[in-house]
Amino acid sequence: MRKPVSAFAVHAVLALYTALALFPIILVIMNSFKAKRAIFNTPLTPPMPWNFDPIGYSKVFGDSAIATYYMNSITVTVGTIFLTLLFGAMAAWALTEYKFRWNTALAIFLSIGIMVPIRLGSVSIIQLVSDLNLINTLTALILVYVAQNLPLAVFILSEFIQQIPRDLREAGRCDGLSEYNIFFYIILPLLRPAMATVAVFTMIPVWNDLWFPLLLAPTGGKQTITLGVQQFLGQYITDWNAVLAALSTAIIPVLVLYVIFSRQLIRGLTSGAVK
Amino acid sequence: MADVKIGNLHKSYGTVEVLKDINLQVEDGAFVVLVGPSGCGKSTLLRSIAGLEPITSGAISIGGRNVSDLAPAQREIAMVFQSYALYPHMNVENNMAFGLKFAGVPKAEIADRVNEAARILQLEPLLKRRPRELSGGQRQRVAIGRAIVRHPKVFLFDEPLSNLDAALRINTRVEIARLHKLLKATIVYVTHDQVEAMTLADKIVVMNKGRVEQVGKPLELYYRPANLFVARFIGSPAMNTLAATLDGKGKAAAVAGVSLPLPAAVSGTGEITIGFRPEHCSIGKTGIPARVELVERLGETGYVHARTADGAALLVEVKGDPGLAQGAEVRVAPAAGHLHLFDGEGVRLAGT
Repeated sequence: MRKPVSAFAVHAVLALYTALALFPIILVIMNSFKAKRAIFNTPLTPPMPWNFDPIGYSKVFGDSAIATYYMNSITVTVGTIFLTLLFGAMAAWALTEYKFRWNTALAIFLSIGIMVPIRLGSVSIIQLVSDLNLINTLTALILVYVAQNLPLAVFILSEFIQQIPRDLREAGRCDGLSEYNIFFYIILPLLRPAMATVAVFTMIPVWNDLWFPLLLAPTGGKQTITLGVQQFLGQYITDWNAVLAALSTAIIPVLVLYVIFSRQLIRGLTSGAVK
Repeated sequence: MADVKIGNLHKSYGTVEVLKDINLQVEDGAFVVLVGPSGCGKSTLLRSIAGLEPITSGAISIGGRNVSDLAPAQREIAMVFQSYALYPHMNVENNMAFGLKFAGVPKAEIADRVNEAARILQLEPLLKRRPRELSGGQRQRVAIGRAIVRHPKVFLFDEPLSNLDAALRINTRVEIARLHKLLKATIVYVTHDQVEAMTLADKIVVMNKGRVEQVGKPLELYYRPANLFVARFIGSPAMNTLAATLDGKGKAAAVAGVSLPLPAAVSGTGEITIGFRPEHCSIGKTGIPARVELVERLGETGYVHARTADGAALLVEVKGDPGLAQGAEVRVAPAAGHLHLFDGEGVRLAGT
């Protein structure tokens, strides 16, 4: 049993951190419902009848380009998650289950990918994407993000695959499953909690990224929402209502994805397999 | 059902040889138990039969067909794992049906087979449950059910009872013996527990350090162990073994200065080892002198732990309370006809 005093201290620290993390988000959401004057004069006041103004939202929803940007962001994020999980799990399975010549070398190569930030290679990535004629396409973004996230995904999923009892795979082999079927029907369902973890880790940086959209898909209606919001930020005039409203609504898709994945984060799914 | 033949099987991991020249025949419908201490290679041999471990050389044939290079699924075997290895994300019914679906068995037949297995194993009320909602004994039955539905030629059991508690282990043991009779199945069963081996097997294969030490019916191993290893391994409590010397006249061996009559004329002289079981000796006026160290009273029987002057431990089974105290000087006499003689290499002497 923990002493109540130290439990209180832990919770106090956690509460402080929560407040710190949530404060900017709450500030954005609050001010997105206020008139421009109220945003600047009383930024900390919650929306009241006297300062309420949904102008930001009507601008955002009235702008058809914004809807496209949303779709772009969702396509890129979902596409990245899907491919990262699929190839990450397959690579992790191959690296942990099969002994082949370059196994260790490949594992080390992948772990280097965790340590080296992909942005260091931005110049060559631009050249490569441009040579492939993929500038201003979502494909370019998805490919780069999958490359960026694959090493960590392989690393995390390998750890989880090692925890799946060997007997289960061998039972599958005795049952006459091909190696692909063992992967898709036994390993993948048992990896769901791990994949949800990887998905959450993957999606938030991808959704928020400004760097690669700016480099690889800055125009042509292929902007992501983070980049698209920039049109409201001018050199001389910034439409704060629209910026805040766009940012507030941008939270919703990630939140929905997070809820979907967190439902999979059930521990002990493998309990009952053995013993 | 089918027989299994293993010829000159070798298996190495790098330079370490884990199975050395295994030759074994399992008759159609036989219950064969592989038994031995941990690390003796019994599980590796079973996994080699299953096709989960590649063999280095030799041949394995099932039902007259050489399966040495076939995948596990093509060998028409079914394996019950020590950990049961049930698929945790599927209910009992799907666990049993899973392999059949991939084998392309028609749906109606899958249902028939699953229902039949469920009936035999009394799993009918549990068909819709997940493995984690089952007790250890129930999981064990599902694992056996998954093997039954495949209608395999050979069943392979890898220490199936070692995760169960003592009471359940005895029940399940009886259950497996009943299933063997019912299915008339060929079974190869691995265990480290010699009681399981003695009670279940038609034929026991005692293994040690990657070799087969002896193959035989349970009582053959008990009454005529081929070597010291088998003598010490089979039987509970273990056999007493003592150093002795043949006197050259072929009649008696001097053990701690006492001559014992031998069961048969044994020629030659030299150092040997004699063995006799705790249940085949008695405390009396003649025999090997020893000092009592401990008396265990179990009610109907008791065990007297004694030690000779050379420091060799002796165990004697007695009826009721022997009325001996610690430190008492006794003489232990092996029963006539129950004395085992082994030469310097530990091999049973010819003619005994």
